[in-house]
Amino acid sequence: MRPPLIIAIPSKGRLKDAAAETFQRAGLGLKRIGHERGYRGALEGVDNVEVAYLSAAEIVHQLRTGRVHLGVTGEDLIRETIADVSSSVEFLRPLGFGRADVIVGVPDCWVDVSRMADLEDVAAQFMREHGRRLRVATKYMNLTRRFFAAHGVAGYRIVESVGTTEATPAAGTAELIVDITTTGTTLRANHLKLLEDGLILRSQAHLIGARRASWKPESVQLRDEIVQRLSKVPSS
Amino acid sequence: MAAESAKEFEALEAQAAALLGLFTRAGYEPVAPSIIQPADIFLDRVGEAIRNRTYVFNDLAGEELCLRPDLTVPVSRLYLERHPEAKVEARYCYNGPAFRFQPGGGSQAHPREFRQAGIESFGAEDREKADAETVLLAVEAVRGAGLKDYGLRFGDIGLFYALLDALDLPERWRLKLRHYFWRPPVFHVLLARLARGERPNGEGAGAELAATIGTEDVTRAEELVANYLETKGLPLAGNRTLAEIVERLLDLAADLRAQPLKKEMATVIDYYLAVSAKPKEAIDRIALVAKGAGIDLGDALAAETRRFERLIRDGLDLSNAIFATEFGRSLEYYSGLVFQIETRGRETLHIAGGGRYDGLLTDLGSPRAVPAVGSAIHTERLLAAIQGTPR
Repeated sequence: MRPPLIIAIPSKGRLKDAAAETFQRAGLGLKRIGHERGYRGALEGVDNVEVAYLSAAEIVHQLRTGRVHLGVTGEDLIRETIADVSSSVEFLRPLGFGRADVIVGVPDCWVDVSRMADLEDVAAQFMREHGRRLRVATKYMNLTRRFFAAHGVAGYRIVESVGTTEATPAAGTAELIVDITTTGTTLRANHLKLLEDGLILRSQAHLIGARRASWKPESVQLRDEIVQRLSKVPSS
Repeated sequence: MAAESAKEFEALEAQAAALLGLFTRAGYEPVAPSIIQPADIFLDRVGEAIRNRTYVFNDLAGEELCLRPDLTVPVSRLYLERHPEAKVEARYCYNGPAFRFQPGGGSQAHPREFRQAGIESFGAEDREKADAETVLLAVEAVRGAGLKDYGLRFGDIGLFYALLDALDLPERWRLKLRHYFWRPPVFHVLLARLARGERPNGEGAGAELAATIGTEDVTRAEELVANYLETKGLPLAGNRTLAEIVERLLDLAADLRAQPLKKEMATVIDYYLAVSAKPKEAIDRIALVAKGAGIDLGDALAAETRRFERLIRDGLDLSNAIFATEFGRSLEYYSGLVFQIETRGRETLHIAGGGRYDGLLTDLGSPRAVPAVGSAIHTERLLAAIQGTPR
């Protein structure tokens, strides 16, 4: 029999550690079941909850399909991966960690460019001079498409980039980037600057509910209990 | 749409054979270019409507490829492979699959894969003659297949360029309006902004720099900007040259000083782009708009009149035809005539379309400009439209 509530927690990395700490402070310590490297667990203080340790991408996928009831993951991944966000998931509680801004960064030598509207003009000029479109390196293809379309920027193409996206303009494999930044240090070190209106999303980790999961009265009760305990933790 | 029954398959095959037969008899050589094409040219040069719907993938060697979203570019590449000097006149016809992503997952009217039958003509110097031939043959083809009730829609990108050339505009605005023509929502915002006399915001490092180099000549401006970048420790990156950055700064400086776009000019452009009527009426209205603005569209408008007179003389029925100045704005490679054959009734479905694309072959690497015009028929839609037509 499936437990009434399954919650997906990142299985590794900084998000996992921060989630463990936040849940601990809410009196919901994460316990592993079985051996140390197992992928199933439970919550201290609340019975009948199964913890599933999953990769970040898998958490989003299982939230979308409703195979888990709750999950901890970044808003950026949710908005990038799920096409129909509001009908698939519900943002229950921001958790105060995993903060990252998804931004548009351009070379800081582009002194003629400060806003999104400049990009389409640059794109037109670039097409005249170089015979091709501006290339945007990113792993956030959908966020990029939506944001650029909303700003009327069309003269670009996306080159998919996983890792060291910020190095692509200096390497000449892209002209600009869409990436996450926390302090801007990496951007500056790579001679990039943020456009004035180039903030796509101010992201952090959230407790997220899956609308398509099977919600029995018992599951709802458990969810409310968890949300309530988490809301008492002052966000860091 | 794949032909899912023997009957459908036979009907499509018979229709394709008849279309190719007609094209071949009209002097077009049948060709079958590769289905798998390099992705670059489609991603870099093809307009928005098709670009975002192209299936792109990497093969095992890491090469970026795509399933052709249409056949015009593949046939143009084939022409250049056969004739690298691009000096020869050639006419090709084809029937084969094309592929486009459909956000809804694909349906009968908007399939992910479909077959295009069409014609492309390269190197014909008499453009007016080649344009007319293309339209007439496309119409003959769909009528021959049995399509009775249809509408014709015409446009001409070249006429809009002629209008911009005739208006007294700074060159930087002309370039901008030409570019934004392909992005209709932004175009209208830009036009309104220029007409209201809104200036760019004069704050920020860029605007300050622009103001300091504003009246310098290009060489001196480049020196100043190079010094500025050097002092601030900003190395050139992102594949744009110093000259390109300075060009935009000088444009910005000019915009900071410029008089707003004369209101009448914005109005002329708006009026022009609102014209959509039967061809003769549309041309008369464009002439009125031009006259009212005191500008001369030169031969561009006369050529339009000649085009429709010629089509009528050659037996084309224009009673269901519309000329719309905005038409063709989503297909970036067209440079002149654009046309479409469409169903009439509840939903307007595009059955066939085409136009002139004189710039495309140069973009594909041709050593010289090649006049080019063509047309493609969406064969499954044609068949569906015929089968749905009571006989």
